[in-house]
Amino acid sequence: MGVIDVFEARIYVTLKKGILDPQGKAVKGGLDSMGYQGVADVRVGKFLVLTLGSPDRRQAEQSVREMCDRLLANPVIEDYTFEVQEVSS
Amino acid sequence: MSERKPDWEEMGLTRTEYVRICSLLGREPNYLETGLFAVLWSEHCAYNHSKPVLKLFPTAGSRVLQGPGENAGIVDIGDGQGIVFKMESHNHPSAIEPYQGAATGVGGIVRDIFTMGARPIASLNSLRFGDLSDPRVRYLFSGVVAGIGDYGNCLGIPTVGGEVFFDPSFKDNPLVNAMCVGLVEHGQIRRGAAAGPGNHVLLVGARTGRDGIHGCTFASEELSEESEQRRPAVQVGDPFMEKLLIEACLEVIAAGLVVGIQDLGAAGLTSSSAEMAGRAGTGLDLDVALAPRREEGMTPYEVMLSESQERMLLVIEPEQEQDVRRIVEKWGLEATVIGRVTGDGIYRIRDGAAVVAEVPVRFLTDEAPVYYPEARQPAYYEEKRNWPVAATPVPDDLNQVLRRLLADPNIASKEWVYRQYDHTVMTNTVVRPGADAAVLRIKGTRKGIALTCDGNARYCYLDPYQGGMQAVAEAARNLSCVGAEPLGITDCLNFGNPEKPEIFWQFREAVRGMCEACRLLEIPVVSGNVSFYNETNGEAIHPLPVVGMVGLLPDLAGRCTSQFQQPGDAILLLGQFRPGLGASEYLSAIHGVEAGPVPALDLAVEARVQACCRSLARSGVLKSAHDCAEGGLAVTLAECCIAGGIGALIDNVPVLEESRDDNILFGETQSSIVVTCAPVRLPLVIQAAREHDIPCLALGSVGGDSLVIRHDGGRIMINLPVEEMESLWRESIPSLMG
Amino acid sequence: MRFGVVVFPASNCDMDTYHVVDQVLGHPVSYIWHREQSLDGFDCVVLPGGFAYGDYLRAGAIARFAPIVEALPAFAERGGLVLGICNGFQVLLEAGLLPGAMRRNDSLQFRCRDVLLRVENAHTPFTNRYRMGEVIRMPIAHGEGNYYADPETLEQLEGEGRIVFRYCSAAGEILPAANPNGAIGNIAGVCSRRGNILGLMPHPERCYESILGNTDGLGVWQSILHWWGAAREQEAVRNV
Repeated sequence: MGVIDVFEARIYVTLKKGILDPQGKAVKGGLDSMGYQGVADVRVGKFLVLTLGSPDRRQAEQSVREMCDRLLANPVIEDYTFEVQEVSS
Repeated sequence: MSERKPDWEEMGLTRTEYVRICSLLGREPNYLETGLFAVLWSEHCAYNHSKPVLKLFPTAGSRVLQGPGENAGIVDIGDGQGIVFKMESHNHPSAIEPYQGAATGVGGIVRDIFTMGARPIASLNSLRFGDLSDPRVRYLFSGVVAGIGDYGNCLGIPTVGGEVFFDPSFKDNPLVNAMCVGLVEHGQIRRGAAAGPGNHVLLVGARTGRDGIHGCTFASEELSEESEQRRPAVQVGDPFMEKLLIEACLEVIAAGLVVGIQDLGAAGLTSSSAEMAGRAGTGLDLDVALAPRREEGMTPYEVMLSESQERMLLVIEPEQEQDVRRIVEKWGLEATVIGRVTGDGIYRIRDGAAVVAEVPVRFLTDEAPVYYPEARQPAYYEEKRNWPVAATPVPDDLNQVLRRLLADPNIASKEWVYRQYDHTVMTNTVVRPGADAAVLRIKGTRKGIALTCDGNARYCYLDPYQGGMQAVAEAARNLSCVGAEPLGITDCLNFGNPEKPEIFWQFREAVRGMCEACRLLEIPVVSGNVSFYNETNGEAIHPLPVVGMVGLLPDLAGRCTSQFQQPGDAILLLGQFRPGLGASEYLSAIHGVEAGPVPALDLAVEARVQACCRSLARSGVLKSAHDCAEGGLAVTLAECCIAGGIGALIDNVPVLEESRDDNILFGETQSSIVVTCAPVRLPLVIQAAREHDIPCLALGSVGGDSLVIRHDGGRIMINLPVEEMESLWRESIPSLMG
Repeated sequence: MRFGVVVFPASNCDMDTYHVVDQVLGHPVSYIWHREQSLDGFDCVVLPGGFAYGDYLRAGAIARFAPIVEALPAFAERGGLVLGICNGFQVLLEAGLLPGAMRRNDSLQFRCRDVLLRVENAHTPFTNRYRMGEVIRMPIAHGEGNYYADPETLEQLEGEGRIVFRYCSAAGEILPAANPNGAIGNIAGVCSRRGNILGLMPHPERCYESILGNTDGLGVWQSILHWWGAAREQEAVRNV
C-alpha cells in the first residue's frame, strides 16, 4: 500500500493582463486618497490554500493544476500560479 | 499585582445577581453554569430592565394569532393565511464590523420567521448613522447597506422598504434594525417548544465554532475603545447555508415531522434550548460532545455559548428521525441528535459521560431579576421644549431653502441604498421602494399586504412620549396612504444605558406614548425587540423606538401611490394641518437648531383622517396620497411632483394664525395627507372628509413643469422646476458617497 | 410543450420561473433537482436566477459541475431549448455552453432596477415575438453582470448575429449611460450558434403581469411557445 504525504498548495488566481479590474481601480483610488501617491497600479486576485494528500509532490502538483484548470480559475479571464510544499509532520 | 475579576463579573453578572443564583441553586454554580446564567439573564435575553414597561403594550386583537413570547408574531389575513413578522436590532456588531454585523442581523431575523413555519417574503430595515460628511460614517453606511444587500439578495428575499436617517447622535452608534415578514398557512404554524419527554433534540445547519461568544453580553454593554479589540466577537454570515436551511426546514415542517423548532441566535444553543424547554415546561438532556464542531478543542462552555450562525434546533419524535434526516441531507445539511427532552424540568449538559451542568430550567428562564430603574426627566427636556422657536429668522430665499431640504440626506432619494437590494425577486412586489409603504401581492388571492417601518429620533429626543405616539401614528398613516388597514406592530426600541435615570425616563415615556397610540388606533404589538446601551464614552443616542407595521389591502385594485399624475388633477390637503417649526428637519438642517415643541397629535382625529384616506383610496376616488412628514408641506408636494415627473400650482395656501411663510411651507405637522383626484371627483373627496369629520382644503392642481406655491394674493413663495428639484433630490446621496 | 426548471442549492428564482410557465402560460412544468442526470421528456430547460452555491468562488463556477448541467450539451444537440436567466446565464458561461465570462459589476455594487434592452436578433426561439430593434424594459438584479468576451470571440458573436439583447437608451441607442454593469458592448444576452441556447442577465420571469407594472418579458415566453408550435407544425407537414 502506498504512503500518502500531506502537501500544502498555495494558489494565486489573478485576472489576465488586459482585463479591466474595477476592484483594483477602487483600491488604488483608496490608497491615493490616503496619501500613497507612489502606487502605480493595483490588481486584486484570489489566494487559495489547499491541504491535500498525495503519494508524491509530482502527483500533488498535477492534481492542483487540474483543479485550477477545471474549477479554481476561469481560463477566459483568469491566470494562475501555485507552489506546492510538503507539510512537515 | 492586578486583581483578576471573578468569573461572574467577567461574564456580565452583578454581585446581587450572582448571590441570587447561589441562593436559588443552594450552591455556587460552576464556570459553565455561571455562563448559562450570564447569557440568559442578560438584558438581551431576559429584558430585565424593560419587562415591566413592555408589559404596558396592548398585545391582543381579533386578528392576533400569536403575540409576544414566541420567535415572531402572527396576524391573520383571512383565507387561512397569516403574516409572521418581527424586527430585531444588530446595532453593536454593526458599529464594529458593519458588513458582517448587518448581514448577520438579516440572517438572524429571517431565521425567526421561518422557524415559525412561514416562508419569508420580504425584508425591511431601519437604519441610523451619523453625519455623512464624516468618512467613518460613510464607511459604516456603505458597509451596512452592502451587508444587508448581499445577505438578503442571496436568500432571494426581496428587501422592499425601510428608512435611513442621519443624525450626529448616531455617529459612533449606528442603528441597524432588521425586519422580516413571512407568509404562513394556519396549519403550518410551528412554535418553539420542546414538548414530549423522550423526543430527540436535533441540531441542524452549520458547525459550531467560537464565533460571538458572549455576543449578547456585548450587546448589553456600552461601547468603548476596548470594544474595537473585541472584533472576534462578531460573527460571519453564510447566506448560502441559510437559504438551504430555509428550504430544508420548511420542507420538514410541511411534512409534519416537527414537534418544536427554534433558531439559534443570541446566546446560541443555550438560549434556544433553554427557551424551548421553558415554554414546554419540560427538561433537556444535551451532550455537547455530539455537537459538530468547526474548530478543535472547544470546551463545553464554548459550545453552549457559541453564536455561530445558520443553525436551527429541532425537536422531533424518534420515529421521525429518518424522514427528517433524508430531507435535511438532501439539501446538503448536517443534522445531529445532541440530546433529548426529559420530564424533570432540569437543564442538564453532558460532555460525553460527565455531567458538566445541571440547573432547573425555570431558574434560567423565569428567575432572572426584574429591575425597576429610576426614571428622571432630563434637564434638557423643559429647556428644549420651551425654546423660542418664534425667534427664528424667516429666510429671504424660500426656493433656496427647498433646494437645500431636497438635497438633505434625510429627505433626499434613498435610491443609492435600495438599488443594492433585490426588491423584485419572488415577483410579489407591486409597490417598490421609494413609496410611503411597500405593497406585496398574495398570489392566488386579490389581497395585498403593505409594509413600513418608521421612527423619528428627533421627536423622541425632544419629547419621548409624543415621539413614541407619533411613531405608531406615522407608520399607520403610511399604510393608510397606500390604502391598507393596519393589522399589527413589531417594534425595535433603541435607547442608551437604562441604568441612567434620564435614559430610562426616555424609554418609559416613549413606550407609554406608543401604547396610547396602539390603544386608540387599535393596533396591537405582536413582537419586538429592545436594544439598550447604545452609548459611546457615556454619550447616548437619541432615543428611537422604530415601529414596523403590517397592513392589509383586501383588494389590490384599491392601492394608491404618491405620484401626481395628470394635468388638471385636483390637489387637496386632507386632515388637520397645524405646522410648527419645533423639532422640524427644517429647523435643524437650515438653522442648526434641534429644539422646540414636537408637533401635537390628536389620535382621534388621526384615526379619522386615516380611515377617510383608506376609504377614498379603496373606492378608486384618489389618484395619489402622500402624508406630510419631514420637511413639511412643500417637501411633500415636491416629492409628489418628482415621483410623477409633473409640476403643480398651489394657489390656495393654508392660512394660519401666525402666518410665517417658512412655517406653512416647512413646518411639520401630524395627521395631514396630500391627495389628488380627477376634478370631477372633487365633491366625493369633500363629502368623505365631511363624513369623517375632518378638515379638507383644496390646494390647487397638478400641471406644468414647476412646483409653484403662491399666496392667494399672488405673492409667490416657491417656484422651482421639477427637473431641478429631481436632480438635487436624486443626486444628493450618490454624490456624497462618491 | 414540457418545461423543466433546474434547482441548484440556493437557486432562488426557480419558483418565479415555475409560476410563469404554470400559471401564465399554462404549460406543464416541473422542477429538476441538480443531481438528476436525465433531461428526457423536456422540451425547454430553464436555468433560473439565484445564487447557486452562494456564488462562491465565481458565480456559476460550482454549479456547472452538477450532473444536470453535464446533461445539457446532449440535450441541446437534440434540439432542446436551454434558457439561462441571470445566475443561469453565469452557469452556461462557466460550463462553456456559451462563450465569454461574467465579472463583477463595474460599480462593485449589486444593481436592482429596470433596464431598457434593444432586441438585436428577433429570429431566435426566444425572441421571435419581438420586432428587430424593439426597445423593451426588464428588471435586472445582479452583482456579477459585467459580460466579457475577448476581441476574437466578440467579432464572431457579432458576425453570427448571436448577440441577442443589448442595454440601450429609451431611443434605442447603445450608450455607456444605458449600461448598468460595464458589460462589453452593452451585451445583456447571447445565444449559441444554433440559437437554441440563450443566456441573458435581465429577468423575463419578473415582468409578465400588469400588476407588476410591466409585461415586456412575456415576449420571451410566447416566443418559446410559438417556436415550438411552429417546429411541431413543420414536423407534422414533413410526416404527411
